[in-house]
Amino acid sequence: MYRSHVLVCGGTGCTSSGSAKIIEKVKEEIKKNDLAEEVCVVQTGCHGLCSVGPIMIVYPEGTFYSMVKEEDVPEIVSEHLLKGRIVERLVYDQAKGMKSMAETDFYKKQHRIALRNCGVINPEDIEEYIGRDGYQALGKVLKEMTPDEVVKCILDSGLRGRGGGGFPTGRKWQLAMGNASDQKYVCCNADEGDPGAFMDRSVLEGDPHAVLEAMAIAGYVIGADQGYIYVRAEYPIAIERLKIAIAQAREYGLLGKNIFDTGFNFDIDIRLGAGAFVCGEETALMTSIEGNRGEPHPRPPFPAVKGLWEKPTILNNVETYANVPQIILNGAEWFASMGTEKSKGTKVFALGGKVNNVGLVEIPMGTTLREIVEEIGGGIPNGKKFKAAQTGGPSGGCISAENYDIPIDYDNLVAIGSMMGSGGLIVMDEDTCMVDIAKFFLEFTVDESCGKCTPCRVGTTRLLELLNKITEGKATMEDLDKIEELASYMKQNALCALGQTAANPVLSTLKNFRDEYIAHIVDKKCPAGVCKSLLTYSIDPEKCKGCRLCAKNCPADAITGERKEPHTIDPNKCVKCGVCMTKCKFDAIEKK
Amino acid sequence: MAKKTVPFQGTKEQEEKLLEMIRTQKNEKGALMPVMQQAQDIYGYLPIEVQKIISDEMQIPMEKIYGVATFYSQFALQPKGKYQISVCLGTACYVKGSGEIYEKLQETLKIKGGECTLDGKFSLEACRCVGACGLAPVMMINDEVYGRLTADEVQQILEKYE
Repeated sequence: MYRSHVLVCGGTGCTSSGSAKIIEKVKEEIKKNDLAEEVCVVQTGCHGLCSVGPIMIVYPEGTFYSMVKEEDVPEIVSEHLLKGRIVERLVYDQAKGMKSMAETDFYKKQHRIALRNCGVINPEDIEEYIGRDGYQALGKVLKEMTPDEVVKCILDSGLRGRGGGGFPTGRKWQLAMGNASDQKYVCCNADEGDPGAFMDRSVLEGDPHAVLEAMAIAGYVIGADQGYIYVRAEYPIAIERLKIAIAQAREYGLLGKNIFDTGFNFDIDIRLGAGAFVCGEETALMTSIEGNRGEPHPRPPFPAVKGLWEKPTILNNVETYANVPQIILNGAEWFASMGTEKSKGTKVFALGGKVNNVGLVEIPMGTTLREIVEEIGGGIPNGKKFKAAQTGGPSGGCISAENYDIPIDYDNLVAIGSMMGSGGLIVMDEDTCMVDIAKFFLEFTVDESCGKCTPCRVGTTRLLELLNKITEGKATMEDLDKIEELASYMKQNALCALGQTAANPVLSTLKNFRDEYIAHIVDKKCPAGVCKSLLTYSIDPEKCKGCRLCAKNCPADAITGERKEPHTIDPNKCVKCGVCMTKCKFDAIEKK
Repeated sequence: MAKKTVPFQGTKEQEEKLLEMIRTQKNEKGALMPVMQQAQDIYGYLPIEVQKIISDEMQIPMEKIYGVATFYSQFALQPKGKYQISVCLGTACYVKGSGEIYEKLQETLKIKGGECTLDGKFSLEACRCVGACGLAPVMMINDEVYGRLTADEVQQILEKYE
């Protein structure tokens, strides 16, 4: 028995800020103080509050230490673990004076189902997962339920695909179940490609067994004995933990032959993605597992009829699977009691951008954007104003302040021109130019378009050209009509979801921030001060002291003036790099 | 536009390792991608010479192998530098200014994204979300993560790598 547990976050965010070294140091200090028998050190998955990482939690007190540095460790060990005195200066500000971190603003409104074990267990130890009811759902399904009963339970729970489209999961399983075949497959989409999204990665890193268990359940339902997890090669920690988890599950007889002595066989292999966004599309993903260029093909036939190697296949994403064991154990009504009418349960979002608490949050469906940004996210840094939030990645759109209070669920997001997507939620403030953001996403889709169909390959490129015209101040109002016409053509004619939705970031910003487009086109101004071609730098003669600092640093020799006299910038020479502005000590340089 | 590159310098040991790996895996279903990924681990990149060996050994036409190699951004047809720089251009990093950092690096190293400096020291690429959004904007040099960056710090960081 240990009297104390030290949990150190080993998620990607905290690892990037040095948590691996901290774990080593804690172990070393514990040894030095002869506490190895009494204190247990656990490397966990993501706790969610990445912006104050590396995070360390000490139980039984539940003390939440944030931004821990290697040199803080001896103090924590000798003060807290040896003498029982909490090191107050390292406690997360908002957790001070609270009994547990669940009371802090960041965690208060969250409800963790998919993330229930992330940050709680050691993901590299199957016993810890089993200790948290792990593999009980699989046992229950195999011993007590028929495939029909399982499907009914998933259908009744109202679980919808967490990867983007929101297709009912139970319906998908039912379709594959009904197709007789000598071989079927269960696939897991862990090719999380949205720029700025890391939900699935955190689940895989923090609770890999939940995904394996759910895939085995799906295998039992549809009659498959083989599963594949298609995971991004850029996720080394997730891949490593998946490999460990699969090996342990096989050792315990929870994967492999004759699971729970029921005669049911199921095994899982990992396939690494190779950095193609389109492989998140189901038909493209399967083509890629087969070893080809990951190009999508037209549906029907749907994968439930003809999928991987032309056999009936189901594909769900990581977060969808992570919900399944809990639904089986707690029942469909429990899950359906959370959320809105048509969107049940919770959703994990990767909250990022211009918000104080950057990290991973899981909220009941129906929570408003305002609650997420202002309460959980702790508002916007530097007293700036909320301008927009982007959801759905390159297929989604920007939500404006006008919709700050709309309950977030699948249907509401679509109604306001965005979509749920896999769960990236990027907050933008008044310094963000919406035309530039639209351009950013278009550059992404131009890059990632697989090239198979013309509406997407050529459409995205032409659309980007039109946007470039706008940000360079060369566009006319007719170009806005062209954008709308082209976008609707792409939506109707592209082969897969990537092309059909590629114009969404443009259309939603055009709808919600039309004034900003018009300012670029008519006034030749970028209101947020981002689009370089439209900016002019000038020096306020009232404020300039003539210190020459700007002139010395200007790479283009565009600034002239006598010492102690106001300086001027030659707009013809200026390259708009902004160096003068960062160097000026008197705030005399203006950007308009 | 030809990219800057250095000639192929594969060793006998690397080739033996490659052949052995192909032998053990070529009969598995969908083996091509895993084989190419491991070949890239052996050589650090996938030059045309290596693709040819894979094509001969697996009896898969060169056009298919080249097609796969050029489709996925993870496969590198050019060698990477001793220090591989990747700048995160995920949305969270982008709204916090990673675009400027990427530009600054191209300017400082005098190479474009996807290229390698002629001395083989630095290669530069943009990547999508490292998953460290709490540290945005982020860049990585090999396995070292640099977070909360500003463009001004770039020069200083590069100087550390000699």
